[in-house]
Amino acid sequence: MSTIEIKKITKKFGEFTAVKDADLSVKAGEVVCLLGPSGCGKTTTLRMIAGLERTTEGDVVIAGKRMNELPPEKRDIAMVFQFYALYPALSVGENIAMPLHFEKLSTEERNKRVNRVAKILHLTEVLDRMPGQVSEGEKQRIAVARAIVRDPNCFLFDEPLSRLDVELRHSMRGQIKEVLSNLSKATVIVTHDQLEALTMADRIAIMKDGMIEQVGTPHEVFAKPANVFVASFIGTPQMNLIEAELKSFAKGVASIALAGSPVEMVADPAVSKLKPSKVMIGIRPRAFNAQDKAAKDTIHAQAELIEPMGAETLVHARTKAGADIRVVVPREKRVKIGEILHLKPDPKQTHFFGEDGKAVRT
Amino acid sequence: MATSTTTWEKLGFRKAFRVGEAGWGHTLWVALVSFIYFLPVLIIVITSFKVQNEALSVPAKFFPTSFFGLIPEQYVFTPTLENFTSVFSRAFTTGGAVESTGFDRYFFNSMFIAGSSVLLALVIGTLAAFGFSRYPLKGNDTYLFIILTTRMLPAIVVIIPIILMFRIVGLSGSYPGIIFLYTAFNLPFTIWMMKSFFDELSLDVEDAARIDGSSELRVFFKVCLPQVVAGLAATFVFGLILTWNEFLFALLLTGADTRTVPVAMNQAVAGGGIGVLWGLLAAIETLFLIPVFLVTFFLQNHLLRGVTFGTVKR
Repeated sequence: MSTIEIKKITKKFGEFTAVKDADLSVKAGEVVCLLGPSGCGKTTTLRMIAGLERTTEGDVVIAGKRMNELPPEKRDIAMVFQFYALYPALSVGENIAMPLHFEKLSTEERNKRVNRVAKILHLTEVLDRMPGQVSEGEKQRIAVARAIVRDPNCFLFDEPLSRLDVELRHSMRGQIKEVLSNLSKATVIVTHDQLEALTMADRIAIMKDGMIEQVGTPHEVFAKPANVFVASFIGTPQMNLIEAELKSFAKGVASIALAGSPVEMVADPAVSKLKPSKVMIGIRPRAFNAQDKAAKDTIHAQAELIEPMGAETLVHARTKAGADIRVVVPREKRVKIGEILHLKPDPKQTHFFGEDGKAVRT
Repeated sequence: MATSTTTWEKLGFRKAFRVGEAGWGHTLWVALVSFIYFLPVLIIVITSFKVQNEALSVPAKFFPTSFFGLIPEQYVFTPTLENFTSVFSRAFTTGGAVESTGFDRYFFNSMFIAGSSVLLALVIGTLAAFGFSRYPLKGNDTYLFIILTTRMLPAIVVIIPIILMFRIVGLSGSYPGIIFLYTAFNLPFTIWMMKSFFDELSLDVEDAARIDGSSELRVFFKVCLPQVVAGLAATFVFGLILTWNEFLFALLLTGADTRTVPVAMNQAVAGGGIGVLWGLLAAIETLFLIPVFLVTFFLQNHLLRGVTFGTVKR
């Protein structure tokens, strides 16, 4: 079976810990994205799975076998590199055929396999060219073709789309997703682009400072972020994270002092377990309802900056006590600078984070 | 801003603030400077076709033909191949048989010794450079520095111990002796040069090859080496030129059978009591230029082709 499992892997470079106790399992046919900011250890994790880095601690299990000691060439994996890593001295066809070298195929069979993947990725025209003579998008497809020409245990992609321009990225995203869905192999994709992760992955593992913060479906990580970091990292525009003080909780309604002014909010029952304390309230910019009048459950803020985004408008507003709030309003609603907004948060989309930064949720 | 054509530009010197093809003015200026640089070589080539008294005449006779009377008679000489034949054989004015000067042998020696030592240095040096680049030793830079220190002293300083060492082991005057010496002479340069080429390569490409199932040897030969062909060619040319022209070691460490052209040239033209035989010297030098000129010219295409261009985006 094509599966990948990493168990408590840790990687240290001297004193520096790049990856700490990372746990992840990828089922056959599943696409998991490692998502995180630069330097969070996601590429190191991928390289440990590939065998390009040794693990300091923990196990890498591919297809049910512990592979810690095996060099990359013995792991039977395919990897697509960020900078494509095509062999400059070999033609496109030879590049694609390179992984087949050790399968001892007849020339005929090899050509058949190369032509098959070339057809899938629309590379038939350029097979005789050198890598220096093809376009950026073609280089990307050659790198993918080289990975899928064989029948490996699993696929690893390191920032596969980061070098393409926006338009090409959109079309390649679809193409890679389609190719992967036909192969039903365990696949790990490293990316720093959340849109890429949200669209391509079956599950997303969000990393920060060498630790996996949350693993979940794109829907889960967006709707139920496990902690403040995930909440702030996923979603554009960024979620509002407002420091507040929890006063009391009764009948499902939390009374809080939000940047000085009291607000009542419908909250998750789990919030009742919190003692009155400092909390962090997370509300997505699209989860506000702008009301006409002030009420007990509204936050008041003054519009300071207006950014039209086409279908919607992003408003940067500021509360009296100085907390910044981002609100997305429909295009039809014209907000003027200096206008006071009465914002009612959608209780279902309001997140409470305790003092430790973890989400408080049933 | 109004565009105006200055006198300077009319003369063909394009404005200097933009990247692009130079105008005719600059091109001709560079051609003139190049010509001055090339003049000594040209004079030698021309002199090689003159007999002794024409080579010495003042004013210098520069033209092999009068171009249908255009050039005054005093600047025109009569080209002859006499010098070239006398490089390889000489007849005595007093009569007697034509005898060989041994220069065919010396030319062979020069080619064989320079060629094999530069190739040997290239093989050893490239492997060493790959090692230094990919599998660094503890204190790698110190080793590299030590390698370079062997070239920091002028040859004249180390020649005496080397002569003694060669005497003791019996390498004096033999082919292996001078070839090994030149190999050692070329190695530091080769290692440094090739290391910088290997350092430039993308490690991702090598990792990709490993993941695709290649052994380390296959990674080296199939992936790394083809990317540094331009570097190999450049190192070969530089090494060849240095070795080809080397005089001091060759003078002191080659014997009668292993003598190279620079040494033989010195001995052939100096004697005779009638001063330096300029025509003969020029002929030897002209012939001596040809092999290294051809090698450089041929490899130039390799130097310029840029095999690695555009395959890895940084």
